[in-house]
Amino acid sequence: MTTSLLIVQLLNGLQFGILLFLVAAGLTLVFGVMDFINLAHGVQYMLGAYLAVTFVGLTGSFMLGLALALAAALLLGLVLEFLVFRHLYEREHLDQVLATFGLILLFNQAVKMIWGAAPLSVPVPEFLSGNVRLMDGILYPVYRFALIGAGLGVGALLWFVVEKTRTGMLLRAGASNAPMVSALGIDIRKLFMIVFAFGTMLAGFAGAMAAPILSVEPGMGDTVLILAFVVIVVGGIGSIRGAFVGALIVGLVDTLGRSFMNDLLRLFMAPASARATGAALSSMLIYLVMAAVLFVRPEGLLPAKGRS
Amino acid sequence: MSAVTTSAAIARPALPAARRLAPLVILGLLALLPLATALGLPAHWLTLVTRAMIFAVAALSLDLILGVGGLVSFGHAAFIGIGAYGAGILITEGQTELLVALPAILLVCAAFAAVTGYVSLRTRGVAFIMITLAFGQMAFYFAQALSAYGGDDGLTLYEKSTLLGREIFANRTGFYYIALGTLAFCYWLARRLVASRFGRVLRAARENAVRVTVTGYDVDHVRLGAYVISGMMAGLSGFLLANQTDFVSPAFMSWQRSGELIFMVVLGGVGSLHGAIVGALAFLIAEDVLSAWTQNWKAIFGPLIVLFVLFTQGGIAGLMTKLRGRRDG
Repeated sequence: MTTSLLIVQLLNGLQFGILLFLVAAGLTLVFGVMDFINLAHGVQYMLGAYLAVTFVGLTGSFMLGLALALAAALLLGLVLEFLVFRHLYEREHLDQVLATFGLILLFNQAVKMIWGAAPLSVPVPEFLSGNVRLMDGILYPVYRFALIGAGLGVGALLWFVVEKTRTGMLLRAGASNAPMVSALGIDIRKLFMIVFAFGTMLAGFAGAMAAPILSVEPGMGDTVLILAFVVIVVGGIGSIRGAFVGALIVGLVDTLGRSFMNDLLRLFMAPASARATGAALSSMLIYLVMAAVLFVRPEGLLPAKGRS
Repeated sequence: MSAVTTSAAIARPALPAARRLAPLVILGLLALLPLATALGLPAHWLTLVTRAMIFAVAALSLDLILGVGGLVSFGHAAFIGIGAYGAGILITEGQTELLVALPAILLVCAAFAAVTGYVSLRTRGVAFIMITLAFGQMAFYFAQALSAYGGDDGLTLYEKSTLLGREIFANRTGFYYIALGTLAFCYWLARRLVASRFGRVLRAARENAVRVTVTGYDVDHVRLGAYVISGMMAGLSGFLLANQTDFVSPAFMSWQRSGELIFMVVLGGVGSLHGAIVGALAFLIAEDVLSAWTQNWKAIFGPLIVLFVLFTQGGIAGLMTKLRGRRDG
């Protein structure tokens, strides 16, 4: 019984980690290349989910709805880039934090006004419903496997773009030294816009994919945003590989901590106090992991090459 | 108005006369407010401004590290929460004595600041912002998991703290002046700190940490010291807040609250100390007015913050400087 629970929780942790990776990948690129701290990234994740709710409802097809939601999320991201972010690239971090914080307030409230405060959901698509039988007595939903697969697929695509294409080369160069890239005659503004659009798409994609398994509600992006920060700090700012490793660590540690901390503590504590301590400790666990990583390696586990 | 020439302004950017007068004027006006309520201003204002002054203490403490030290902390609400929970837990357990509660709270805040500060200060820039945010969230989730003390629902307090058995917080006007006195004391302390050698090293490190290190100062120790002092001051404001609202909840240390504190500091002008007081007052009054007007006030407030950042630099103080026709540095 414990083994089967462990397997299921490992898969849950993996799936959560993949979701975090999709959000963190965009965020870390924007940090790495533009040195821009975008708190509104979580909002873009949330909007991806809400747009998926609307478009899947309108079209009746999950895939079509997903595509439309992605396009809309991208469009909105570009509008925001044009109206707000573009004017902040040269500013201090403090200004960036504050302006994007203002956007969070606006969008969380706007979402409440448009879609209501009650949690919404997207039905799991027909062709991905049902369960896979892993072992005797262990069933795991197909959709979650699909999510893991899609996430890994996007991860592979991202790796290919960043490591093997010309744009990716500029991205990596930008992450280690943006002024130098600019000095070599590359249109850094255009590069910034591509990176930003890319990050927005990834966050929107993560939100839309999460919509069938999580409740879609105002503020859902905030939690993910902060976890994505932890991922980036653990993995190393600006590093896609770091984001991947960090996301898996955070996803697994958080999921496993929440499900097994009680049992672990019960080995040497009274059940009641084990439950209380377990609840507190498991929700703090990833932050403790982050502190430990920073203590040993202040730059994160796999920092982008060439960053000082 | 003032006859300071441009070169003098460069040599002494502090604009001495205005700087010395502004805080006195602000605190003086605040001291007169209960008089206005006695003359007919709704009593609601007394409560609102008391709350605003409590937040001003927190904003002031944040300005000490953010403005003076150049360290953008996004987890400052955690200290308010620790202070508030400290008061709340002790009162719930039957210990209302201020002389017991306050030292305990300040000690816990100092310890939390020392540990999280030590780890956070190993990083710079964006990473520092994210780590302080993460530690703030850690405190938030810890409070949420405190099921013995209300957990997510928060903790209602049926008593207030007392000083040697006397109910000093019971009277509304009395509480107002306690908050004002605390604010004035914290301002005085912060001013003294900034003017001291410690403060000069902190300020210099904001401009160029390497150069200060080479001069022979231990920048990390100074920054950590500032972080701890700032955390304790914010804890003090949390203690007052719990006593004012008779209620404590994890929302006291939500990350939105940390963001609001940053906005208060920037609104009033970063690093000027009295700007943080003005910012906190302006923020809480604006929040009160807007939220009375519409429940969707955040949809108005959010864009206002964005516009504020895009079109002003240096907050209200900076705006004043610009209006005086001076080039800001």
